[in-house]
Amino acid sequence: MNKKLMSGNHAIGEAAIRAGCRCYFGYPITPQNEIAEHMARRLNEVEGGVFIQAESELAGINMVIGASMAGARVMTSSSSPGISLKQEGISFLCALELPAVIVNMTRGGPGLGNIAPAQSDYFQATRGGGHGDYRTIVLAPSTVQESVDLTVEAFQLADTYRIATLILGDGMLGQMMEPVAFPDGKLPKPPVKDWTLTGAKGRPSRFIRSLLLDPVVEEELNWKLARKHERIAAHEVRYEAYRLEDAKMVVVAFGSAARIAKGAIKRTREEGLKVGLLRPITLWPFPHKIIKDVAKKVGHFLVFEMNTGQMVEDVRLALGGKGEVSFYGRPGGVVITPLEMSRVISSRYYQKGLK
Amino acid sequence: MGFKKVFSRPHSLKDAPFHYCPGCGHSIIHRLVAEVIDEMGIQEKTIGVPPAGCAVLAYNYFDVDMGEAPHGRGAAVATGLKRVLPDRMVFTYQGDGDIAAIGTAETIHAANRGERITVLFINNGVYGMTGGQMAPTTILGQETTTTPGGREQVRDGFPLNLSEMLALTKGSAYIERTAVTNPKNIMRTKKAIEKAFRVQMEGLGFSLVEILSPCPTNLKLRPADAWKWVEEKMVEIFPLGVIKAAKKG
Repeated sequence: MNKKLMSGNHAIGEAAIRAGCRCYFGYPITPQNEIAEHMARRLNEVEGGVFIQAESELAGINMVIGASMAGARVMTSSSSPGISLKQEGISFLCALELPAVIVNMTRGGPGLGNIAPAQSDYFQATRGGGHGDYRTIVLAPSTVQESVDLTVEAFQLADTYRIATLILGDGMLGQMMEPVAFPDGKLPKPPVKDWTLTGAKGRPSRFIRSLLLDPVVEEELNWKLARKHERIAAHEVRYEAYRLEDAKMVVVAFGSAARIAKGAIKRTREEGLKVGLLRPITLWPFPHKIIKDVAKKVGHFLVFEMNTGQMVEDVRLALGGKGEVSFYGRPGGVVITPLEMSRVISSRYYQKGLK
Repeated sequence: MGFKKVFSRPHSLKDAPFHYCPGCGHSIIHRLVAEVIDEMGIQEKTIGVPPAGCAVLAYNYFDVDMGEAPHGRGAAVATGLKRVLPDRMVFTYQGDGDIAAIGTAETIHAANRGERITVLFINNGVYGMTGGQMAPTTILGQETTTTPGGREQVRDGFPLNLSEMLALTKGSAYIERTAVTNPKNIMRTKKAIEKAFRVQMEGLGFSLVEILSPCPTNLKLRPADAWKWVEEKMVEIFPLGVIKAAKKG
């Protein structure tokens, strides 16, 4: 397999093209501009490609809605404040059951924040983000190769479940260059879309709407979405388990933080500390079950996030009071090294008397 | 011997009673749009985008594919549809609050890109569905629930002439303002809608018809008086006629 050296942002753009994405609408914001730039170039080359640099994030996400209604595979990307602006549209996508892929290369926030790598948008991503009772699938790659693989998968998941699917990364993942391989051979066929708006030729006219004035009908939409969420939670949980076999302590981390944690665990293992890593790949649906299972053998969980403590709530929920949870966070775009993280791990390890 | 049918519901309207208030212009405009679609033979290739506002339920009436846009975002949703399906007829149906307040940016930029869509902009000078608040097109002195004593320039600003603004964009190809206040104006409105659709079909650019329409309920006037009010007061601020007609090529 031929490998190419690419940044995460370019790789996500290229993976989208390979996955059959033919429409991109977005607005510039650092640290993800290379995605839009890649799409601008490639969508000019491929047949039926549509690229618009929208006048705002609002316009961009609503163009996504229109293109998705028309049946296209469509993507937008942005970063924290821009994703906030898109939330109304994401809520509409989910209410209207329109598939779309949305990339968030998170900034250190709140407010304008900065462009350094952070995981400040975990809550926003995993709790729906906008108004109303809905969820989005959230995929969190930790390498450039995984960004490629999960982008391809994001389109398939979005189409399969007719749901907005988020890829949650950060500036480190977006800017870092690594060798990547793109899937060759045929990708699975997208499901037949029998709901698109294409003009009522040879069939009755259709409408796609989310205004349901009758509470009983609105309730049914909410339950229908809830049943879909249950199906996704039952079938689409993804995680990586690393050196759990004999672990006495497990670090739980996602994305870039997990990558740092993995390097740290390699070091602490060399020192003889029995530490493992559990890395949620789907942040929603969250891998509750594996965490609960691991707690049968492991007493201590150290959650490491590049924020002040968001996923740690899901870890506690998953454990339901079973294991002990501690948290280490570095918000604001601070990136620690695996060596520094290994010191955090070993000090906790010894504090807990886990020898 | 038999009877000849000389008047009936257009094919492009469903057999459903309108929910609009007595004297409201929406029912007339819906019918005009449907007649144009029928006459142009484009029912099977037309996709409509209804707004948030009184016409949000337009998909219950138009017998063409319809996709709901969030409030103000009609032009952006229509852009997405049209770019994927460039040979379809894509129109938005938007009120004054939807298009000239919350959706101003989307509308101006769609026009400036020369997006091949048609916008039907129904201007009644008031937020109808939410109960009669000030609209961007409320005229000075007009009483609404949020302009007690009438719209006052220093406090509330001026009414916005969006169509004239849009005409300044290079991408706009056809912009006309009409009214549905009397039979003559109604026929002109129908012609304007047809013209705007043809401009889209010919790929000339962005087309828009602004239609002044009475809202007796929120003007707190009887229908006949509301229609008169539009003709006498609104037309003064929003003059009728073709605002822009770009030449081919």
